[in-house]
Amino acid sequence: MKDFSKDPPQHVFQIHYNGFIDGSPHYKIIFVTKEDHEAPSNAELVEEDPNDPYEEQGLILPSGEINWNCPCLGGMASGPCGTEFKDAFSCFHYSKEEIKGSDCMEQFTAMQQCLQLYPELYPQEDEAASKQSSKDSAMYFSRLFLELPTRLCWRNFQ
Amino acid sequence: MLKCRTVWRKLAPLAKCSSTLCRQNVRRTGLNNGRTPVCVPAARMSTGPVGGGGDNLKYALLVGAVSAGGLLYAVVTMKSDQRRYKERMEELSTRPQKTSITEQTQSEPPAVPEDQPAAAPSIEETSSPAEAEAPKEETAPEVTDTPPVVDSTPVSLKLPSHAPYLLIGGGTASFAAARSIRARDPGAKVLIVTDEPDLPYMRPPLSKELWFSDDPAVTETLRFKQWNGKERSIYFQPPSFYIRPEDLEGAENGGVAVLNNRKVVYMDVRGNKVKLDDDTEISYDKCLIATGGIPRNLQVIERAGEDVMKKTTLFRKIEDFKSLDKVSRNVKSVTIIGGGFLGSELACALGRRSTESGLEVIQMFPEKGNMGKVLPEYLSNWTTEKVKTEGVKVLTEALVKSVNCKDDKLEIRLKDGRVVTTDHIVAAVGLEPNVDLAKSAGLEVDSDFGGYRVNAELQARSNIWVAGDAACFYDIRLGRRRVEHHDHAVVSGRLAGENMTGASKPYWHQSMFWSDLGPDVGYEAIGIVDSSLPTVGVFAKATAKDTPKAATEKSGTGIRSESETEDTAVSPVASDTPSPAAEHKDDFGKGVIFYLRDKVVVGIILWNVFNRMPIARKIIKDGEEHADLNEVAKLFNIHED
Repeated sequence: MKDFSKDPPQHVFQIHYNGFIDGSPHYKIIFVTKEDHEAPSNAELVEEDPNDPYEEQGLILPSGEINWNCPCLGGMASGPCGTEFKDAFSCFHYSKEEIKGSDCMEQFTAMQQCLQLYPELYPQEDEAASKQSSKDSAMYFSRLFLELPTRLCWRNFQ
Repeated sequence: MLKCRTVWRKLAPLAKCSSTLCRQNVRRTGLNNGRTPVCVPAARMSTGPVGGGGDNLKYALLVGAVSAGGLLYAVVTMKSDQRRYKERMEELSTRPQKTSITEQTQSEPPAVPEDQPAAAPSIEETSSPAEAEAPKEETAPEVTDTPPVVDSTPVSLKLPSHAPYLLIGGGTASFAAARSIRARDPGAKVLIVTDEPDLPYMRPPLSKELWFSDDPAVTETLRFKQWNGKERSIYFQPPSFYIRPEDLEGAENGGVAVLNNRKVVYMDVRGNKVKLDDDTEISYDKCLIATGGIPRNLQVIERAGEDVMKKTTLFRKIEDFKSLDKVSRNVKSVTIIGGGFLGSELACALGRRSTESGLEVIQMFPEKGNMGKVLPEYLSNWTTEKVKTEGVKVLTEALVKSVNCKDDKLEIRLKDGRVVTTDHIVAAVGLEPNVDLAKSAGLEVDSDFGGYRVNAELQARSNIWVAGDAACFYDIRLGRRRVEHHDHAVVSGRLAGENMTGASKPYWHQSMFWSDLGPDVGYEAIGIVDSSLPTVGVFAKATAKDTPKAATEKSGTGIRSESETEDTAVSPVASDTPSPAAEHKDDFGKGVIFYLRDKVVVGIILWNVFNRMPIARKIIKDGEEHADLNEVAKLFNIHED
């Protein structure tokens, strides 16, 4: 730690040395103004490894697979409808159709049916969903899955 | 064969003796037919001249007596050998029975009848149907003493005898692990065994948000308002999320089942099974121990007797919250002993009540200021002043000498002579990690930090992992530690769940923690935050904008790193008083405090700055030596919101 007491730099507003233990400063306090922190930092940070196997991953892993353990999914993949949800979302994720997910109607319907069994867990926001045509359903589900991560984080989905 | 050999050995000298005597006598009496060897051996004993008939009779008698004696001895020895052999064989055959007896009835006295093993399998099947309903109904039925007749119990109401994933303990770590297992292993069957009557719930709101609720029925609903205005329950999931333990084995897609009001008392690691307090045995493939801990008590209170203990709360569970809420409405004075996170949070929560009800709230602790073991001294003093403004009478440097019950009030005597009279005590003096299973399971307990010792992958032994408050684990970056915070329970529980499903990942993602002491003081922290370490604090001048409340209202977004944790944040505190605009230049409104060990940053506190946890995490992860921490502080943009 630099010794500021002899030659305090101009920009630092105030420095205190308090609490010495065995001659070395135990705690140091610096007060800084907004101007002090205007210049960009020259602190060096270790470069991030995008393939770090230990780092917390997002919803989609670098390999392209779905991270079912992502906190953003809430309890969707682990609850009573977990299997149906995983089937539906996987199908959607790997779907190559023009309308993504339009080939997954079977899985979507199965998931929908399961969700309806647990209204306490999965409150149905869209009452109209059940009345949609198959094409609309595909659109509905694709919208649902696309906004899944952000949606769940804000909604505190159970 | 052995018998014969030993017997022969015993008989041999006698036989030799008697045969020699016999031969000698035969020679003497001339019974042989004249073919006496001419040269008689010189070493023949000369007992006297070869005598006549009287002597012969004597010799005959002597020989007879000796032979008879020999034979008798031989017979007796053989008989005793036989008897000993029988006893030994019996002992060997009963030994396997005895070990299984000691396993099953560990708490019973050693003198156990040998027909116990037969009784064990039938005990396993005797599960009361009433208890099967326990997870669904929120009531807490006692363990039945009289098991119903085995024949009448239908198969569908049997508790599972095997659980692929067995989680001991029903708290945050356990639930996080259950969720992780279910996410990674499709169709996983997870059984949580807990001695509490409740489903898994989160603990932080018990000392924060629940106290700020306007709902008079909050002790029943246990719902609180989050930062975004939305209400939620402290329970992680409603009862419909779980399946009944009886349905676990047959569930096609698996599920999570919770077995309430049962305590695991014995663990057989080699047999991969546990025994509950009602003698039920459950075997497992993978097991997690997440037993958390028990609140510590002051020795002086324990010794003070029943009267004092009745007026003391050791705060940890839902029932403690309910009872303290009730007590705080009915007494005039409450004293909190302990100046750490829990003590200070409860003091602030009760202190806010004091303004409405006239309740006297006292907080006492041995340190010089609140959070004295965590915050550097200047910040601890500043925090103490803030706690006092919440309506709390803070007594610092207070060591309790004795507690007595007098005239239905409690009298606390401190070592320096001060006396405090109060109606109720809340002890928040630490947590004793629960390592009851260490002995039977043969698990190592850490002598420095307490808790089960596990490696960096949270594994204690084959097929056994430990997570949460009870785990003393090896942190690759910061060394061996044991952490008692909510986010750590979530992170470690999730990691244990991953490793139980084959991941082998070490503890890498640093957990964080937070605390709010009233509307003006809020901080998030990460890493090792110990006031005995040298610290460097970088502060900005505080304005009215820099409080948790203000930050919440302005951004309308999360002020905690919730995307990683279960949703627990401080509610917008319903305060009528405006946040004081700190003009004094020594006021510690906003800033960053770095904790150093060997010049490397090992801990960071974000003081009233929010949403910067990822940067803090990165700095700790790097573990670099930084020459100028002011430069590092710039990364946090403490002047921005």
